[in-house]
Amino acid sequence: MSTLDDHILVLNNVTKRFGGLVAVDDVSLSIKRGEIFALIGPNGAGKTTLFNNVTGLFKPTSGHVILNGKDITGSKPHEVARLGIARTFQNIRLFDYMTCVDNVRVGRHVRMHAKLWDGLFKLPAERREEERVTEEAMDLLRFVGIARQANQYARNLPYGQQRRLEIARALATEPKLLLLDEPAAGFTPQEKVELMALVRKILDRGVTVWLIEHDMKVVMGISERIVVLDHGEKIAEGPPEEVRTDPRVIEAYLGKSA
Amino acid sequence: MRNRVAAPPRSVWARLHLRERIRDRDTAIYGVLLLVALVFPAITLYTTDGSTYLIAVAGHAGTYVLLAIGLNVVVGFAGLLDLGYAAFFAIGAYTYALFASQQLLASPIHHAYHFPFWLMMFVGLLIAASAGAVLGFPTLRLRGDYLAIVTLGFGEIVPQVFQNFDQWTGGINAIGGIDQPTLPAWVTGPWAGADSISIVAPFSFSFDPIAYYVLIFILVSVAIVLVNNLQRSRLGRAWMAIREDEVAAAAMGINTVTTKLLAFAIGASFSGFAGAYYGASFGLVSPDDFLFIVSITVLVMIVLGGMGNIPGVIVGAVTIYFILNWFLPLLPPAVESLASSIGLGSLNSRAGDWPGLGNETQNVTLLLFGLILVTMMLLRPQGIFPSRIREQELKHATAQEDEAAIEQAHA
Ligand SMILES: Nc1ncnc2c1ncn2[C@@H]1O[C@H](COP(=O)(O)OP(=O)(O)OP(=O)(O)O)[C@@H](O)[C@H]1O
Ligand SMILES: [Mg+2]
Repeated sequence: MSTLDDHILVLNNVTKRFGGLVAVDDVSLSIKRGEIFALIGPNGAGKTTLFNNVTGLFKPTSGHVILNGKDITGSKPHEVARLGIARTFQNIRLFDYMTCVDNVRVGRHVRMHAKLWDGLFKLPAERREEERVTEEAMDLLRFVGIARQANQYARNLPYGQQRRLEIARALATEPKLLLLDEPAAGFTPQEKVELMALVRKILDRGVTVWLIEHDMKVVMGISERIVVLDHGEKIAEGPPEEVRTDPRVIEAYLGKSA
Repeated sequence: MRNRVAAPPRSVWARLHLRERIRDRDTAIYGVLLLVALVFPAITLYTTDGSTYLIAVAGHAGTYVLLAIGLNVVVGFAGLLDLGYAAFFAIGAYTYALFASQQLLASPIHHAYHFPFWLMMFVGLLIAASAGAVLGFPTLRLRGDYLAIVTLGFGEIVPQVFQNFDQWTGGINAIGGIDQPTLPAWVTGPWAGADSISIVAPFSFSFDPIAYYVLIFILVSVAIVLVNNLQRSRLGRAWMAIREDEVAAAAMGINTVTTKLLAFAIGASFSGFAGAYYGASFGLVSPDDFLFIVSITVLVMIVLGGMGNIPGVIVGAVTIYFILNWFLPLLPPAVESLASSIGLGSLNSRAGDWPGLGNETQNVTLLLFGLILVTMMLLRPQGIFPSRIREQELKHATAQEDEAAIEQAHA
């Protein structure tokens, strides 16, 4: 436990049951501050469910989620966001009929201070905060490379830009840990390269990244450590090369596609 | 910037950005509404020989504008279907009626209160807002249809309560003799039947339609400003985010429970306001004034006007109010006189099963109302003026972003 300080997130024996189905089965893992950590596994392995348990969408059936040494098991999603975990969704969940810049401004919500009265009467402090937040939102749109689309409805963006917008929105909450659920799904090889560059840029901002990804090239390309889930169980953990040659991992993937 | 060549002085016209503003549809609607609201009383007084009937109708329409603005916060902004909105209206109206009439003299406390209207307006607002929060608290975990059913139940219960606690509220007998608002001074003139313009002090509203029209004009204006501010604030965005995707909103750090609660409370507070005005302007408050049909009418107003868009909602409220309370009642006599003028006057009198053309028209007015609604929704399913504020506001910013990008490229 001497390394506790290095770890931003620790999962201790997290289990999630849906009725008889054990979607996540006694998973323990820890993520180091400032690394890109990958979670892989065949379809239905429980990867997204694990994310949901960390972000408060689900409460783990048993086990503990520890962020920066603090037990946050069972916290509400908005509390988790305030504590510094942001996420994207496997099936993009943007605010469709809000503009891109508004989507990102919603992300700033949790770091804003305006109260009901400030907004109701447009007090000077509120105006200043709104201006600042708009600028910050534009900066984030530039950061992910979609500033020109700032005023379009989110739903009108092409798919790849929607994924980027979702990342910008998540970054707006000033997370310490960013969870990306299959950020490269459906991307062309070129887009995947760009995404990898973006993830590295995010890391440079001091954000730890935990991603779920199917594409082994992407995973190998950016992550230092990988955890493999199969039927809810952790079956392997280690650096990419090691994991790729692990017989249990090969079997899990082949067994699924066979 | 400083060493740039000074731009040629721009005309006043350009400096006011009037062209841009007029191009902005919503600003244009506000402009037209303001103009109509200001000249309408003058025109009706002039054309109807000093009759204030239409001004009174407009004043009551204003009550519904307030209601529609409030319900729009709940349904249009936050996306919570509230089918019992009239309950808060009732609460506002009864709050004023009970504490500004002789009513409570006959109640178990044997004491009549006569608090001033201006105070009770805000008390009504606070009580309605609290009622909104009280209703919201246990129900906001429910979604969509379930929430709608619970609010519907609430809307049924509240008028029942006012009806059944008749020791206090007079029940079905209603509360009458409600105090009129007073002011230290007021201006009167030819428009009110006086010979010349003069100051009346002190002044009691005493059912003067013009005074009530001025009051509702101010109330609605204030409501518009406040609700516009809210829409463009942190809270307004949070409401929209919840409406769009509650899960994503929560993941972005929005406390969905308190945010929805605020929508309920703030929405309700508008109808608390409206209720006090209603009680005063009619001088009579009865449980029948707040039935389900009121909630539905307000909902129809906002859906038809353009849910989520404040100017659209106002236009919807005024349109529906005038169709229901002015146009449709006008029809039977109009049809009768049309029949007489083309020589079919015999149809106007009752004969056997035939109730007479006037009565028959009367019977189909609601059917006609339904047809009007269906037609309007078919023609403009998104509402008369759907929400487009943001698009407009931000189109402007994109242009700037493009310019900036071009500048950068040239640098
Ligand atoms: N809310 C839920 N209720 C019941 N079962 C669920 C729920 N969410 C997920 N499951 C089940 O849990 C298992 C794991 O699902 P999960 O979505 O976590 O897999 P995944 O690893 O993300 O798969 P994929 O690669 O397809 O995204 C699946 O069998 C799924 O059907
Ligand atoms: Mg998944």
